[in-house]
Amino acid sequence: MNDYSLKKLFWTRFKRNRLAITGGVVVFVLFFIASFANLVSPYDPNDIDRKHILEAPSVSHPLGTDDLGRDVLSRMIFGSRISLSVGFVAVGIATIIGMIVGAISGYYGGWTDRVIMRVIDIMLSIPTFFLILAVIAFIGPGIWNIMIVIGLTSWMGVARLVRAEFLSLKEREFVLAARALGASDMRIIFRHIMVNSMAPVFVSAVLGVASAILVESALSFLGIGIQPPVPSWGNILTLGKDNIEIAWWLSVFPGVAILITVLSYNLVGEGLQDALDPRLWGSGK
Amino acid sequence: MITYLAKRFFEMIPTLFGITLVSFLILQLAPGKPTDVLTEMNPKITPEARERLEKLYGLDKPMMVQYGMWLKRVVKLDFGNSFSTDRRPVLEKIWDTKQALIDRRLFITFFINLLSMILIFIVAIPIGISSATHQHSLFDKITTVFVFIGFAMPTFWFALLLMMLFGIHLDWLPISGFKSMNYESLTLSGQIWDRTRHLILPVFISAFGGLAGVSRYMRGSMLEVIRQDYITTARAKGLSETAVIYKHALRNALLTIITLLGLSVPGLIGGSVIFENIFGIPGMGQLFYMGVMTRDYPLVMGILTIGAMLTLLGNLLADIGYMIADPRIRAK
Repeated sequence: MNDYSLKKLFWTRFKRNRLAITGGVVVFVLFFIASFANLVSPYDPNDIDRKHILEAPSVSHPLGTDDLGRDVLSRMIFGSRISLSVGFVAVGIATIIGMIVGAISGYYGGWTDRVIMRVIDIMLSIPTFFLILAVIAFIGPGIWNIMIVIGLTSWMGVARLVRAEFLSLKEREFVLAARALGASDMRIIFRHIMVNSMAPVFVSAVLGVASAILVESALSFLGIGIQPPVPSWGNILTLGKDNIEIAWWLSVFPGVAILITVLSYNLVGEGLQDALDPRLWGSGK
Repeated sequence: MITYLAKRFFEMIPTLFGITLVSFLILQLAPGKPTDVLTEMNPKITPEARERLEKLYGLDKPMMVQYGMWLKRVVKLDFGNSFSTDRRPVLEKIWDTKQALIDRRLFITFFINLLSMILIFIVAIPIGISSATHQHSLFDKITTVFVFIGFAMPTFWFALLLMMLFGIHLDWLPISGFKSMNYESLTLSGQIWDRTRHLILPVFISAFGGLAGVSRYMRGSMLEVIRQDYITTARAKGLSETAVIYKHALRNALLTIITLLGLSVPGLIGGSVIFENIFGIPGMGQLFYMGVMTRDYPLVMGILTIGAMLTLLGNLLADIGYMIADPRIRAK
């Protein structure tokens, strides 16, 4: 089976999954909105309008206004930039760390492997959200800190995946052949084994974006994530909580946005997983 | 069996040690000295006084020495005194023996997490079994949709929505706190009912994510098991469907779920910061949040350590559960 037909097979399988395609379209639209936020948003997200404070949704403000009279729709459009960039950078960091750690662990085995697996067990036993909260509060909020801390606390799953792939791939003929030809460890790890273990890593990265978005929104909601006046879906929800008895729109819309975004990433991730799983290929589904 | 458990127990000790070391190092890497919060508020403080304070907390020593000093106190369950204005011992803040058991912070968090674990178990497992035994049925499809929404739902947002609906709109449930203002004047049954009303929303919210996850994995695990040969054998020898599902399949399918429950403990404990904050529950998560906001190092380290202990305890309980469900391990 050549490379072309594998890709085609993957695409035909993915295409049939209507939910995954829908998720993909939503993700694409969100990217578009985030990239052109200044063009699509009806108002400046930081425009304070004291005459129109906490107004319910209307024609001029489709999603209402907040406690300073700022347009909620515009703030949500600009907030999408935060969610998407935090998701991507955090997952990028986690994936790179996970790949390197997992590769070393699986390739070299022995003591190295045992020590690394122990460290992973320890990291998985720490209530991560406690740790993230403490670190962010201590080093200060700010978008880069959030991305880095989420990345540094979520690489363990990827490392385990990559390690498992390496364990099963490192004894295969093509690796032995490369070694017989005198390829260095580095070359074997990155050029021969890693490229063949990317599929599950890719799936877990897509699902990881979804959970990073959830963590960021929770941090911002608790007031130690993205700081106002920079808008994020989480910090608009904080205002929703403060005004829960009078302004339902502040609580409802940003949450719907988070739900739909996370759901879409999950659907794409699940779709990729099914399409990449060779065990399901023969089932004609 | 006892030796197996003892072995698992002793394996926990290096893990616990590792967790505290990681937490300690990460918090030390943050810029600023822990005593800054004590000195910044006081403009009159002299450099000498600042130095004396740093010496008192051992901050002039190398990091590993500091960790050693901290660890030496912690094995005696002494987490030091809180940096907050009351300067009370951290342990007393978490487990105040002067208060009734139900009002101690650690107990509140533990109790809510325990209840939500039980809720997850009794709701998610039957759902998972039914959707596996009736795969592709309407029930299966509805639960699949519910599961996907459950995975994507930010719990703090769901909490807000439920507060709006049941607390404000319908006015059925209290939206904040762990007891009413008039609690002391209630009869015993009234007090129990009052606590129950305050617990409904927090327990449901803390269980929600787990409900989706566990029912999904239960379905997957069950689907795998019922395709095995021994299930076909059980059917072939004429056993009733109930016996096949609940005696032969369920036990094997439960094994994955028990491991999953053990793994989900850190998530549940971490989640308590969120729901305790939203519902104003005076538990350990709320205390942690306050500690983090005021840079109360002894308190934060103390709660991180206790959280890790609870996690390891959860793992140990999962091991015991695994042993009850799997005779192969018991035989060892």
